[in-house]
Amino acid sequence: MINGILFAALVIISLAILGCLYRLMKGPSMADRITSLDTIGINLLAMVAVLCMLMRTEAYFEIILLIGILSFIGTTAFARYIERGVVIEQRGDDDDR
Amino acid sequence: MMMIGELLIGLLVLFGAVVSALSAFGLIRLPDVYLRSHAATKSTTLGVLCILSGAFLYFMFYLDHVSAKLLLGIVFVFITSPVAGHLNGRAAHRTGVPLWKGSVRDDLSEAMRREEQGRQVQQKDGSKLEQDNRN
Repeated sequence: MINGILFAALVIISLAILGCLYRLMKGPSMADRITSLDTIGINLLAMVAVLCMLMRTEAYFEIILLIGILSFIGTTAFARYIERGVVIEQRGDDDDR
Repeated sequence: MMMIGELLIGLLVLFGAVVSALSAFGLIRLPDVYLRSHAATKSTTLGVLCILSGAFLYFMFYLDHVSAKLLLGIVFVFITSPVAGHLNGRAAHRTGVPLWKGSVRDDLSEAMRREEQGRQVQQKDGSKLEQDNRN
């Protein structure tokens, strides 16, 4: 029974990722694309967790952590980039604040 | 006991997946960056947290192993995903992405205008002080 539920969850999450891909291609502004990329990353993390349960292995837990960290850092870098035009600020470069 | 655990895990995983799908639906249908970000952030906290908790319980029940890595992942996602959503929304507002025409209030732009006025007043005071010092 639980395997069927896990398969169903995999299918549903795949559909969610497809929806996010639509917004990623269509999205009128840059922030839309960043939001959908972030959501895709987190859904991928959930998919890896479901796959871990399906395969009864603990080998992919590092991948869960890695995707979480990379998704957060990527979103932060993109947000800073569209806000200020740079990802890493140089010291003394921001005289306007 | 095993039956209850199986039911609980199945419910958690299925609920998380359904929340993810609903938020993708919101991501497609809602009219505005901010509303879309609202939908996306709900799924990335609640849905994924439910799925990861289900995985944690699964490994606790079936393999008799309390996984600290999975706990770390749960805590990390729970902390960082709202922060990422907030950063993204603020960046969208500052780069001037327009609000939906049905939006009724915009507190952030008001607050930013007030801050701008305060800074101008401060600068004026500072220049006056400088002149006084020179005299």
